[in-house]
Amino acid sequence: MSAPLLEVRKFTKSFPGVRALRGVSFTLSRGEVLAVIGENGAGKSTLMKILAGVQRQDGGELFLEGECIEIRSVHDALARGIALIHQELNLADNLDVAANIFLGREPHCAGIIDARRLRREARQFLDAVGLDIDPSVLVRTLPIGKQQLVEIAKALSTNARVLIMDEPTSSLSSHEAENLFAVIRDLRKRGVSIVYISHRLGEVKELADRVTVLRDGENAGELAHEEIDHARMVKFMVGRDLSQFYPHQPHTPGALALEVRALRTPANPQHEVSFSVRAGEIVGIAGLVGAGRTELVETIFGVTPALGGSIRIGGVEMVPQSPLDAIAAGLALVPEDRKQQGIVLGMSVRENVSLASLRRDQRHGFLNRSREAQLSAQMIADLRIKTPHDGQAAQFLSGGNQQKVVLGKWLALEPRVLLLDEPTRGIDVGAKQEIYRLMEELAGRGVAIVFVSSEMEEILGMSDRTLVMHEGRIAGELQRTELSEESVLHLATGTHSRATLS
Amino acid sequence: MKKIFGITGLLIVVCIITALASESFLSGYNLENLVRRTALFGIISIGVAFVIVTGGIDLSIGSVVCLVGCGLPWMLKTYHLPLPVALAVVAAVSVGIGLLHGLIITKLRIQPFVVTLCGLMMYRGITRGFTRDQTFGFGSNYDGLRVLSTGNIPLPFIKGFAIPAPWITLLVVAVLAAIFLNRTIWGRYLFALGRNEEAARYSGINTDRMVILAYVISSTLAGLGGVLFVLDVNSAQPVDFGNVYELYAIAAAVLGGCSLRGGEGSIIGVIVGAALMQVLRNMIMLTTTRTNIEFAIIGAVILLGVIADELVKRYAVRRRAAKALAAGQS
Ligand SMILES: Nc1ncnc2c1ncn2[C@@H]1O[C@H](COP(=O)(O)OP(=O)(O)OP(=O)(O)O)[C@@H](O)[C@H]1O
Ligand SMILES: [Mg+2]
Repeated sequence: MSAPLLEVRKFTKSFPGVRALRGVSFTLSRGEVLAVIGENGAGKSTLMKILAGVQRQDGGELFLEGECIEIRSVHDALARGIALIHQELNLADNLDVAANIFLGREPHCAGIIDARRLRREARQFLDAVGLDIDPSVLVRTLPIGKQQLVEIAKALSTNARVLIMDEPTSSLSSHEAENLFAVIRDLRKRGVSIVYISHRLGEVKELADRVTVLRDGENAGELAHEEIDHARMVKFMVGRDLSQFYPHQPHTPGALALEVRALRTPANPQHEVSFSVRAGEIVGIAGLVGAGRTELVETIFGVTPALGGSIRIGGVEMVPQSPLDAIAAGLALVPEDRKQQGIVLGMSVRENVSLASLRRDQRHGFLNRSREAQLSAQMIADLRIKTPHDGQAAQFLSGGNQQKVVLGKWLALEPRVLLLDEPTRGIDVGAKQEIYRLMEELAGRGVAIVFVSSEMEEILGMSDRTLVMHEGRIAGELQRTELSEESVLHLATGTHSRATLS
Repeated sequence: MKKIFGITGLLIVVCIITALASESFLSGYNLENLVRRTALFGIISIGVAFVIVTGGIDLSIGSVVCLVGCGLPWMLKTYHLPLPVALAVVAAVSVGIGLLHGLIITKLRIQPFVVTLCGLMMYRGITRGFTRDQTFGFGSNYDGLRVLSTGNIPLPFIKGFAIPAPWITLLVVAVLAAIFLNRTIWGRYLFALGRNEEAARYSGINTDRMVILAYVISSTLAGLGGVLFVLDVNSAQPVDFGNVYELYAIAAAVLGGCSLRGGEGSIIGVIVGAALMQVLRNMIMLTTTRTNIEFAIIGAVILLGVIADELVKRYAVRRRAAKALAAGQS
């Protein structure tokens, strides 16, 4: 190949107490899809933020078409044709979709926005990512997966030469992800270079022309197209083999732990949902994004009180009116949207971990500081949360480590029924396996586990039983013996022919 | 803790400048008065700090001071109510106002700025209505009670300066507030919901109840402040009693390290902030004949203080990053 389009030489970057990058280099050719992978906190997002002008490197050089350049701002980066789709959503949710896509670049005439052109052009980029929504709806009203697609459409609209995607699929369903892959392949054909960050190694294998691996802020290795396979990637990432990825063992379910009868959620009031989970059982909830899975678990947890039906927890009938009720009954929910509902960014790791269990551990209203410190130390160790100390503000942790903090908060409660909504979103392979092992261990101790997942592999690998949701109702239930990608998709899409799925 | 250094430094600098500019600054009489005012304003500033920690604001404080400050002597004089009854009424009204604000803000989801702005207008208007703009005071009665504000606690070995009595109330309030904010689970809840209300609610915190509590604390302390203020000056004019006190209180809280975005704040900082505000006012009174520019100077000093604080913070972050880099390379 000719001279690379983009070359990064020896980037270094430090934050207080953390050396995020210690001399990372890589190259990117024209029309290439380069996957960048690595454990949580390896420095992937930091590297990309520097390229996109969000942060400045401490040291190292950047070459674009052989010319040494400096990127001082996001504007600078865009002018050079480098666009970044952030790991966390960055939309103005009070504005509509079209306004978000062209934020700061609105087509206008003498300062007056040409609303019709705005809509028309937005439509075109929405089509490009396979999003069939009205450009004039408010972003706030969209589910998180669709917001992510809007974010991608926004980046496409800048006509970038280098498009960086930081975990773009972490909140997409497999169907939406397939759609995105088609978009990526099409862009590659048109000569756009793509940097693709993901913890889903299946996707990486499917898409990448080359893989570069980061570990602890350094280059850990590189794999050419023909060398890309799961085992090699994992080995570079964690420095050891991870055999038997899903530690699933058959459980002997105990007494009924959670019974949901004829529950009507505010999101889908026309359907009644019923199911039950036994102690020590792991039940997966599969379905497309927008199938009502999040709404279901949130209703059970009392976030949006039910419109009808009944819930029994450990044989006791109660319909939680607030998370407080649900927690008192022994429920816990690891919510889907980490930044909004999961973590308090300005608070320390310790304060986040203890937040839900303060009430339990209080001493007549006073904080139990030693217990708090002990809990957070335990969670940092158990979940391998990468943080310089437990007083570090959560906002300075990498995305995956923030997710572990949220998980730690709920595990600290020792719930009877654990609801997990996309529990491994944005978590690296090593930590994922850690979480699976934890789920196993909890189930072994008699905790009933319900997990919502859009990752097919996870559903297949971890659930004893799977409920598949489709348009607000439970379309079917699959025992482990009946479980296959085909049977899940069949129910999830509500169709009978597989041809329409991919 | 670090946040307080900056503002304490500023306070000392302003004190020194004022002392150099005017001899009367260090006179026992002036200092005593200054310290007394600091205590009184400290109490209402602590109240608003609770609301600011939740990410809200309370603009009604000055009017609550007016309502209570005029209402108490008015009730005593017009209806000859026994003192305990009058005090109970005043307390109930103060608590009730906070409860009302909190309920409207949490249950109806109306913004705190709007709710308390309306409060600002209403409570002063109501006071002017029932007092018919008459000035009220205690005359020469109730001296026993007035000691709470006007009394002095002599210091051993020091002549010419005594600690003003309101400091007793301030210390009690401050200690309770600091314990509540930093040592109890409810204090933690306030900080958490100030930063991310949704995550707090998902964590099983009754966020509405905590927010209501913050507004109750704010208006209750404003009411307490109102009583102490009127005991101090012995004469309250409904037209301007407590006027713009909410701004002094909010400014003190912000200078003391409370972020209007919520989730941050310390009680000691707020008291230092209140002191700074009073020293500034005192400086203007002592050093110029044109006290009408008071607000220009106070505004400028606050702005400079906040900007300096931000710059220092950025510098500290950069220094720490550089240190981490150096440590890693060696
Ligand atoms: N603003 C910041 N202040 C302090 N530390 C930071 C900051 N941003 C990142 N870090 C730290 O730098 C390291 C690298 O973070 P980065 O976000 O680049 O990781 P990542 O590889 O993207 O991880 P993930 O897969 O979890 O998203 C982490 O240890 C993180 O805690
Ligand atoms: Mg990242």
